Amino acid sequence: MTGVEHIAAAFAGADKRAALMPYLMGGFPDPATSRAIGDACIDAGADLLELGIPFSDPLADGPVIAAAGTAALRAGTTTDDVLAVAEALAPRAPVVLMTYVNIVLARGVDRFVRQAADAGAAGLIVPDVPMEEAGPLLEACDAAGLALVPLVAPTTPDERLREIGARARGFLYTVSVTGITGERVGVDYATIVGRASAATEVPVALGFGISNAEQAARAADAGADGVIVGSRLVREAAESDDPAAAVGRVVGELADGLVG
Amino acid sequence: MSAVEHRFGSYGGRYVPETLMPALAELEAAWLAARGDGAYHAELDALLRDYCGRPTPIYEAHRLSERVGRTVLLKREDLMHTGSHKLNNALGQTLLARRMGKRRIIAETGAGSHGVATATACALLGIECVVFMGTEDMRRQRQNVLRMRLLGAHVEPVDAGARTLKEATSEAIRDWVTNVETTYYVIGSVVGPAPYPAMVRDLQRRIGDEARAEVLERHGRLPGRVVACVGGGSNALGAFAAFLDDDGVELVGVEAGGDGLTTGRHGAPLTVGGPAGVLHGAMSAIMQTEDGQILEAHSISAGLDYPGAGPQHAHLRDTGRARYDAVTDEQALQAFRTLSELEGIIPALESAHAVAWVLAQSDGELDLVCLSGRGDKDLAEALDRLGIE
Repeated sequence: MTGVEHIAAAFAGADKRAALMPYLMGGFPDPATSRAIGDACIDAGADLLELGIPFSDPLADGPVIAAAGTAALRAGTTTDDVLAVAEALAPRAPVVLMTYVNIVLARGVDRFVRQAADAGAAGLIVPDVPMEEAGPLLEACDAAGLALVPLVAPTTPDERLREIGARARGFLYTVSVTGITGERVGVDYATIVGRASAATEVPVALGFGISNAEQAARAADAGADGVIVGSRLVREAAESDDPAAAVGRVVGELADGLVG
Repeated sequence: MSAVEHRFGSYGGRYVPETLMPALAELEAAWLAARGDGAYHAELDALLRDYCGRPTPIYEAHRLSERVGRTVLLKREDLMHTGSHKLNNALGQTLLARRMGKRRIIAETGAGSHGVATATACALLGIECVVFMGTEDMRRQRQNVLRMRLLGAHVEPVDAGARTLKEATSEAIRDWVTNVETTYYVIGSVVGPAPYPAMVRDLQRRIGDEARAEVLERHGRLPGRVVACVGGGSNALGAFAAFLDDDGVELVGVEAGGDGLTTGRHGAPLTVGGPAGVLHGAMSAIMQTEDGQILEAHSISAGLDYPGAGPQHAHLRDTGRARYDAVTDEQALQAFRTLSELEGIIPALESAHAVAWVLAQSDGELDLVCLSGRGDKDLAEALDRLGIE
C-alpha cells in the first residue's frame, strides 16, 4: 500500500464523524518520549499522526510549537532521529511528516523523499512550499507514493483554491484562520470548509487553532473530514511530568467529541 | 515595462505560507502599477529631495586616498535624513502601502536604521508603525530604540534565539501572516519572497545612478571598483545596479567576518560558499548545518549580523559579476577609527566594513565606496571595544 492509499484508508475507516490527526513535535521533549506520545495518541483514538521535524526558523508556527522545536534542537534532535520515530509509529497509523523546505533541501529533494518513504511515512506537509514552488517536490513524492499535502488558507481565492485542490494528495490541509498555529476561540469553520470541500476530491482536514472537543465537533459539523490538533497537545507535552499520558488524555477527549 | 523578477538564476522565489501568497501577488501588482505611475515617482522624488536631502554628495576622501595610494570616493548616504540609505526604501514602500490602503505597517530591524527609517516614513504619512527588534539589538542600539519611540512607533521586543535580526525578521513575517489583510510589511533589505528583492533594489538603485553620473562628470571616467558592505545587501545592490552593464567596473561586496571565517562566528554566507538554502522566503546563500538548521550569525555590526544575503547577490557571485569578501570585527573597528581620524567622518560599523576592505587593498586606482550610514548609533559599542573613554 502506498502512503497515499494508507491515508485514504485511514480517512475512510475512521470510526468518528471526522478523522482525528494529532500533531506532535518529533524529538520533543526527546526522541523516545515523542515516540511514546505518538503511541499514546494512537491508543487514545488518533486515526493519523502529523509528526513535526524541528526547524530553527518555523515561520508558520506560533510560540508553543516554535518553542518545542527549539527545545528539540537544543536536545540534539536530528532529522534522522525524527525519521526513526516515524518508522516506529508508521505500522500503527499513517504518519504525515511536517517540516520546512530548508530541511528537505539540505538532504536533497529526492533523497529526503526516498528516506521518508523508506521510513514508512505516508505523507509530507511543507508549509513554506506553495503551489508555485512545489514542482520538483511533488514529482519526487508522486514517484515514491508519498502524499504531498498542500495547505489552503482563508485568504486563498477560489480559483487558486481549485488549482491547489486539484493537485492535493492524501488530503487538503485547510487552515481555519488567517495566521500561524496556536489555540484560538470563536472561529467560524463552515465557510472555509465549504470552500475547500468544493475545490477538491480528497478529504478536507481542518487545522490551526483547534484545541478542544467542542471545537473538534464543530469542525466535523462544518463538514471537515479530518481535524488536526497541534499546539494544545504540544503545550500539554511541555507542561506535564508524564507527557505521553497527558497528551493521550486530551486526545481521548477530542476523540470522544468526534463520536456520535 | 518589464516584469518583476522572481528568480535570479536559481535563487529567489517565494517560499512562504499559503496565507501570504495572495498578499504577495497583490503587492507585486501594486508595485508594478506604482512603478509605472508618474505621480508616485513625482511624490517620492520630491520627498527624497526636500525631506531627505538627496542627491547625496560624492566626497573625495583626500587623506584616506593618500593613505591607500589611490583615489577613494565616498557616496555619502550617511548624510541622508535619518543617517542611512534605509530611508530610500522605507519611504518608497510606505508610499506604496498608502496607495494600497494599508493602515498598519510593520518592519524588522537589526541595527535600528531600517526601523528608524520606517518609523520616520510612518510619522510623515500618519500610519501606525510596529518595528520588531531582537532584545540583544535593542541593548546594542538603545539610541535607535528611543528614536523610534519618539517617532511614535511601537518597538516589539523579540526574545527568541540569538535575539538579533534573523529572529526579528521571522517574528515580523509571523505578524504579517496573522494581520495580512490590514498590514503592509516593509522589508528593509533585498531579501524575502518576490517581489521584495527586486523592489527594494529598484528603490535603492538611485544610490548607484546618482554616483555613476557624478563620478563620470567629475572624473571623466567610471570608478575601477564599487565597494559596499553586505548584510542583506540593499546598499550594495543599490550601488551595484547602476554598474551591472559596465564590464570594466569591479563590484565588491564586503561581508561581516566577525571573529574570523575559520571560527564559524561570522556573517559571511556569500564569501564562505556552501549549499544554497531557503531563509525568510527566498533561496539564497545562507549559513546552515548539514541538516538544514539556520546558524546564528555573528558580527559587531548589528546590521550585518544575519546568516543570509539577498538572492541577487548569490547570483552575481555565481556568475562572477560581483565578488564577495569579508573583514573581521577588529578590522571594521580600526576602519571606524581611521575614517573618523582621517576624514572627520564617523561611519556606521556596517559601512566601516567596506572602508576596512579598501584600507586592506594595495591595488586599484579609483574606488567608489558606499558609505551607507553614519556611526552615531555605534558610539557606545565601538568606543567600548576600542578602549576610548
